[in-house]
Amino acid sequence: MPDSVTIKRILRAGFLDFWRNGFVSLASILVMTVTLFVVGTTLFAGVMLQSTLATLRDKADVTVYFTTSAPEEKVLQLQKTLQALPQVQEVTYTSAEDALTAFRSRHQNDQLTLQALQELGDNPLGAELDIKAKDISQYDAIAQFLQQQQQNGGGGASIIDKINYFDQQHRQALDRLQEITDSAGRIGLIVILILVGVTIAISFNTLRLAIYTSREEIQVMRLVGAGQFYIRAPFMVEGVLYGLISGVITLLLLYPVTYWMGTATQSFFGGINVFSYYLSHFFFFFAIIIGTGVLLGAVASYLAVRRYLKI
Amino acid sequence: MIYYDRVGKVYADNSIALEDVSFSVEPGEFISIVGHSGAGKTTLVKMLLAEEKPTSGSVFFESINVHEVPMNRINHLRRKIGTVFQDFRLLPQKTAYENIAFAMEAAGRAEEEIHSDVPHVLDLVDLTDKANNFPDELSGGEQQRIAIARAIVNQPDVIIADEPTGNLDPVNTFEIVQILKKINDLGTTIILTTHNKGVIDALKKRVITMDRGKIIRDDREGKYIL
Repeated sequence: MPDSVTIKRILRAGFLDFWRNGFVSLASILVMTVTLFVVGTTLFAGVMLQSTLATLRDKADVTVYFTTSAPEEKVLQLQKTLQALPQVQEVTYTSAEDALTAFRSRHQNDQLTLQALQELGDNPLGAELDIKAKDISQYDAIAQFLQQQQQNGGGGASIIDKINYFDQQHRQALDRLQEITDSAGRIGLIVILILVGVTIAISFNTLRLAIYTSREEIQVMRLVGAGQFYIRAPFMVEGVLYGLISGVITLLLLYPVTYWMGTATQSFFGGINVFSYYLSHFFFFFAIIIGTGVLLGAVASYLAVRRYLKI
Repeated sequence: MIYYDRVGKVYADNSIALEDVSFSVEPGEFISIVGHSGAGKTTLVKMLLAEEKPTSGSVFFESINVHEVPMNRINHLRRKIGTVFQDFRLLPQKTAYENIAFAMEAAGRAEEEIHSDVPHVLDLVDLTDKANNFPDELSGGEQQRIAIARAIVNQPDVIIADEPTGNLDPVNTFEIVQILKKINDLGTTIILTTHNKGVIDALKKRVITMDRGKIIRDDREGKYIL
């Protein structure tokens, strides 16, 4: 275990080297800032992608249409039963009257339809239940359950008129939505991983080059009798410094960038404002970006020095 | 104190650098190794620092087989050996003072020792006024004197000077040799490699003459004969 004098010397050597190798330090910080910026923006991209996909998935639902003669309490009872199912997120009840009002307003410019409605006199529409599942893949189970209810019918004639899940078109749309959101999520993840991987590799290489310029010094240090740890530690201090400074620059840069992007892209990303998201999750970003920077700097320096210590 | 036991070195391309070299060095000796370029002088001294491994034979320093010391302990051995190179090998990012202090820091010496010893050796090589200059602000002779100061500051048992005057003019050469002689007078063993005839003839000390990887002469009070 190094004593306090050694630690003090290591820190001083690290800071001094950092300062005296000004240009190398600057270059390393710039490259590392790019890396951390990519890490930061991919974090945002990940969050945005998730929220966009979530809004898309949220558009999926299954509607149960009841017969006009279905008594309201039975419908409400079914709503309760559905609500109790683990797969179900939310069940919205629309009464026959509300359905009619909605139908009227939807067709308010269509005189012919309204006239036909008038002729009928009676409300031709039944009540509806709008079911949203917790996950898009669970609609099948819910629909099966409803179908059972329909067949059992509680003795008499079934109160359920139609379940739109069994419409060919509706079902295709649901399946397609699931496919698209799933593969978008997967592709997004792969792209993010590749991007982060490449930039980390670039950072790594930059630090290796920075230390390559010191390879003769490392040899001299070895020949003068310095221990491996004593040679390596100041380089790691430098690497950590690069990481810290680049991290702070990145966090500062993200502020105007998200501010500018925030209003421009809010509607596009399913209602999430990147700027307010950044501010509200600042400690998360702080931890990830500074943490990545420091870890990257320390590990890259550690590995880069290793090859010149073999003397 | 130092014993080379039938040391041989063959490089990967089958070129022979050393062949069956045996000799020993007593404490306090000043020994010069001479020979043409490529005779194996540098390889020989690198062996003592464990910078090179022999292909056969072994090198002992104070009864320790140098090449059996593990990599993470080798620095303790190197602290007992001061080194001076033809190309000075100072740390370019450190001042003259810091270069010397670094060797002490690396050896884990206390701050007070460093504050008292570094000015002392700077005075010994007559460079007190250049303490805060960086190596590129010093002449070749001055850089070499800083390197010598760094080599002696940990009070090593041996100093290896590998062609220390190779890059210097006659005046600086003379100065460096005088400093080495002074250090030797204070009791430190010195191993000097050179191909400078003038230096050898002026020293009047033991001379080992090498040619093509072999020792061809070992004279108690030698001259440069090649």
